[in-house]
Amino acid sequence: MLGYYLRLAIASLKRTPVITGLMVTAIGLGIGASMTMITVLHVMSGDPLPGRSADIYYPHLDPLTLDDPNNDAADNFTWPDALALLKSGPAPHQAAMSGGSVLVRPERRELQPFYADGRFTTPDIFSLFGLSFLEGGGWSQADEEARARVVVLSHSFAHKLFGTVPAVGRTVRFEDTDFRVIGVVADWQPSPKFYTGDSYAMFSGPDGYFLPLHTAVELKFGVNGDVDCWANSSYDAMTTSPGCTWLQYWVELKDPSQVAAYAQFLHDYSAEQKKAGRFQRPPDHARLDGLMPWLRAKHLVPDDVQLQLWLALGFLLVCMTNIVCLLLAKFLRRRNEISVRRALGARRRDIFLQFSVEAAMVGLAGGALGLVLAQLGLWSVRQRPDDYARLARMDLSLLLWTLALAVGASLLAGMVPAWRASGQAPAAQLKAE
Amino acid sequence: MQLHPILASLRHHKLTSLLLMLQVTLTCAIVCNVASLIATRIGNISLATGIQEPGLSSLYVTDVNHGGDPLAQHTADLAALRALPGVRSAAAVDNSLPLGQSGFSSTTCDSKSDADHAHQLHTSKARGCGQAGIYAGGPGEIATLGVRLVEGRDFQPGEYVTRGPDGPAAVPAAILSRSLAEHLFPGQDALGKDIYVGQKVIRVVGITDTVLADHLDEPASDCWTMFWPILPTRADVLYLLRSDPKDQAQLLKQAHETLLRINPERILREERSYTELRHAYFQRDYTMIGLLLASALGLLLVTAIGIAGLAGFWVQQRTRQIGIRRAIGATRRDVLRHFQAENLLIVGAGIVLGLGLAVALNMLLVREYGVAPLPYAYPLLTAMLLLAVGQVAVLNPALHASRIPPATATRNL
Repeated sequence: MLGYYLRLAIASLKRTPVITGLMVTAIGLGIGASMTMITVLHVMSGDPLPGRSADIYYPHLDPLTLDDPNNDAADNFTWPDALALLKSGPAPHQAAMSGGSVLVRPERRELQPFYADGRFTTPDIFSLFGLSFLEGGGWSQADEEARARVVVLSHSFAHKLFGTVPAVGRTVRFEDTDFRVIGVVADWQPSPKFYTGDSYAMFSGPDGYFLPLHTAVELKFGVNGDVDCWANSSYDAMTTSPGCTWLQYWVELKDPSQVAAYAQFLHDYSAEQKKAGRFQRPPDHARLDGLMPWLRAKHLVPDDVQLQLWLALGFLLVCMTNIVCLLLAKFLRRRNEISVRRALGARRRDIFLQFSVEAAMVGLAGGALGLVLAQLGLWSVRQRPDDYARLARMDLSLLLWTLALAVGASLLAGMVPAWRASGQAPAAQLKAE
Repeated sequence: MQLHPILASLRHHKLTSLLLMLQVTLTCAIVCNVASLIATRIGNISLATGIQEPGLSSLYVTDVNHGGDPLAQHTADLAALRALPGVRSAAAVDNSLPLGQSGFSSTTCDSKSDADHAHQLHTSKARGCGQAGIYAGGPGEIATLGVRLVEGRDFQPGEYVTRGPDGPAAVPAAILSRSLAEHLFPGQDALGKDIYVGQKVIRVVGITDTVLADHLDEPASDCWTMFWPILPTRADVLYLLRSDPKDQAQLLKQAHETLLRINPERILREERSYTELRHAYFQRDYTMIGLLLASALGLLLVTAIGIAGLAGFWVQQRTRQIGIRRAIGATRRDVLRHFQAENLLIVGAGIVLGLGLAVALNMLLVREYGVAPLPYAYPLLTAMLLLAVGQVAVLNPALHASRIPPATATRNL
């Protein structure tokens, strides 16, 4: 029976080729625009560490002065606080880090010196976030404290510097200091790049290198990101000052008891610092945020992108209303045919099914067109200069969602007209004509 | 024109008419707001920076060998750049230009007491103060940018100072933008007065026309800027070049080669004309304008298609009735008018509801995204546009209907 309905639907659609084409175009445009923006939003608000994010936490301390206009706890950490947490914080893994930018002077003659972004970090970052080593390994706590001149490179950064030969054991010159390469990690690009802590850098490119935090501080390497100082201090003293926040701090806590213990630890530490006269604000400003709630509070999706999504959905809504309207008019025009079929024994639900098939065909064609248009839309999004733009790609699940949305939307749009059409009494229309 | 037959036929097609009206309502609400958003964005991209944009080029140079003498390097570079054919003037400045998205600003006050007061409150929004963008650079900056001095004078050679590790110790003179001068010294002439920036006391020696800050924040304070006579002494420097606009591409290439010939140990970035810099700043606005315009046109098109398609179906469906009306004396014009009036009624009702929805939608957008409130003109223009679209879309089916011969009435369908 379905085959017969299909043939009927094709015949009916063919009878009004212009209107059919326009309906397909309209739903294609609506679906294409909506799926483009849904994909962009999906990329921007995804889980950066699938399977691991529930165990990652961001602690907050509040070393700000009482008269500081910012009433919330600080986002970043001062050097002394980060060191204290690293020493006594009860967590299986934790690391303090900061973004940095250094001048790289490659050995290879054909490469000009260039600036590259990377991470200055304590050694636990690799196990904390689960980075996988392709060659060598990280550095020890002893190396960290000894300010060792060692570095771990990302795969593509190592490839850029040394080509295909193994990088471990080679030397790379950062600013005016030689570093020994001790490990190469697979390219790591969580999206968003949550660990930067800086909303502006959340979609920036992958880090090229990881080097010991103490070493970077000793060599006065340039720091990227928010540096907030409230005590008067010169820029050089900023890194170790108790009055400047600039470090990000992440911990892994595996169960609620660990979370509670760490929160208690933060509170106790703050109370201790307040007693010692260093912190001015109450210790209950200290808190622990889970990675995903912390990310949501960052509002990473720009207003422009949100507006674009609403615009696309509004467009889809108008297109759907348009199709309901046209299908309804079209189906109701075929009262004679419906009456005859009803008189010949077709049940209400047969008629309903017949017209639903026709609506679904419009939806399928529109969905296919929408898919093509969405790819075109995403291509144009990738041409934007924003950091998030180059991530805008559709995966298989989004692809299936697009098709489902298209067929769902047009079935929904076809439902009302099909229902009205099937409500036609068998003989009434025959009598009238 | 009788209203009765129209209302009767609309009653007959209640659901379809309501749906078409709903579509017009949605279209109207969205297009009103889209038009207002477009106007805001066009306002952004056509903002005047206060500098003479055509003919200005810039190169950002970073010395990778620490320990050289930046001042001597800049002097040598500038001499070579000025010698290039087509260069009218050149200057070395800190990496800061209007809309350049990088630069620094300071709390600036009109008196010592106001400055102390603002410092205590930790805010630049205190009485007599404001957060002012600072353009620091060597001789020729104002001339190369093409900024117009409306009062006072440019810096004198003796006034240029260098920067220590914690900024310049003292700055002998500053040139203020007119809006900063008016903000700090309302109703007075700022020329010759002193301004207070941190611990510094600086004499105002000149006033310029509007000069925009390095990024836009609030319209009221976007033009609070000033120039300081400071010779760049860091490893990074921004070279500004003024030439004939048509020589810019060629000149940038020559400047690149010249600078690397003098000293190859450096990195050149952001070698571009000011037009490119400006375009980069407003990139998101250009994208939004394109998308908004496309969706507004798309919506109008889809609605027009809906109206035309529906009218077409109705004409086919009512062929017999039209024939009968023609047979009992209706003229072709009456039939044409019938369909036009029907359309006017549906679209008009949709617009009335749509305007209400537009205002509601705008209130939501104002609250959530801080967009500008809807000006009165846009709903009116959108309403007229939609009425016109409706009439154009219905014209062809209506003409078709008016050509149905009276004899159709006698035929059996």
